[in-house]
Amino acid sequence: MELINLAVKAIFIENIVLAYFLGMCSFLALSKKVETATGLGLAVIYVLGITCPLNWVIHEYLLKDGALAWTGNETLASLDLSFLGLILFIAIIASVVQFVEMALDKFFPPLYQSLGIFLPLITVNCSILGGSLFMVERNYNFAQSTVFGLSAGFGFFLAIVGMAAIREKIRYSNIPAGLRGLGMTFILTGLMSIGFLCFSGIKL
Amino acid sequence: MAKMKQIILDPLSDNNPITIQVLGICSALAVTIKMETAFVMALALTCVLTCSNFIISTLRNVIPHKIRMIVEMMVIASLVILADNVLKAYMYDISRQLSIFVGLIITNCIVMGRAEAFALQNPPRTSLIDGLGNGLGYSIVLIIVASIREILGSGTWYDIRVMPSFYEGNGLVMLAPGAFIIIGLLIWVQRSVIKKFEND
Repeated sequence: MELINLAVKAIFIENIVLAYFLGMCSFLALSKKVETATGLGLAVIYVLGITCPLNWVIHEYLLKDGALAWTGNETLASLDLSFLGLILFIAIIASVVQFVEMALDKFFPPLYQSLGIFLPLITVNCSILGGSLFMVERNYNFAQSTVFGLSAGFGFFLAIVGMAAIREKIRYSNIPAGLRGLGMTFILTGLMSIGFLCFSGIKL
Repeated sequence: MAKMKQIILDPLSDNNPITIQVLGICSALAVTIKMETAFVMALALTCVLTCSNFIISTLRNVIPHKIRMIVEMMVIASLVILADNVLKAYMYDISRQLSIFVGLIITNCIVMGRAEAFALQNPPRTSLIDGLGNGLGYSIVLIIVASIREILGSGTWYDIRVMPSFYEGNGLVMLAPGAFIIIGLLIWVQRSVIKKFEND
């Protein structure tokens, strides 16, 4: 039950794009067509779902204060390596993305074709690193971080597909010249985010 | 000299990293609730960007082309860890308020984007200037957005009260939608002034 609450919270109430502004760059750049948006959204769910629990393991058994206690060595056990978190997380993310790309290419060529160029781009999508950092900051356990990763990814998917649908609809509207493109997208995101604010009243 | 001047002035308005190049939006929105956090964030990013441009440009002839992304990532990540720890040591409160967003400078597209687009092709001195210019361009937008949000949202500016005492803060400006809409309007104003339009 607690995990379902966490999922609902991560998807709707604290949507990673609309409430925390993470992954904005790709959200803005790749929301012109529903098709590409779906591809990117799926790739984000996939990668967040893998990297979040993986980084949790790294943090728990390598980096946290006293995390190396399992080695049985006292000097190692007294180390606090959490300052290395950033560099290790990003390295893990980059290699997971690379690995996922190769695995998909080998075993699921159609899915690989449809995700295409989006997979490598995901390395620099801040929602992925943000997911890992949030998980550390909020002290999630293994199950929680898996659920959080997947549902944060789903939140991103929901937001970007919705945005792409709206942008396809307004393509031929007469928008003031200065607002065309980026400006209008921001205002639409703002309105969407107001919509998502409605969920914030939900008590979980 | 004129070229240097152009490199530093260009990103301030005509080629602003946020409003024109559309890079590094995430942090620009999240830290602009108050002037204080926006200022510290702008400072941290400008430092990281200037240093990373300089270092990457110095190394540009020894970095193998194929693994340049990873090398850039590592340089940037080390600088960010440095910045993060300095903030934690000297400005603990602000560092807590910025939460994960200092760490997210690593994936801030401005840093990576400038490294790829400028530092890899240019000598260290011009890259340093370019980093500084883009950092300042980012800072200007951050400070404008933060000023609007803090003045409208809580009636203060850098914690000094500027609105008359009967003014009640507007909650919406402090929330996420306010940030999106303010930056959208800012882009509208700026693009109308410099007449640079997108044909979408």
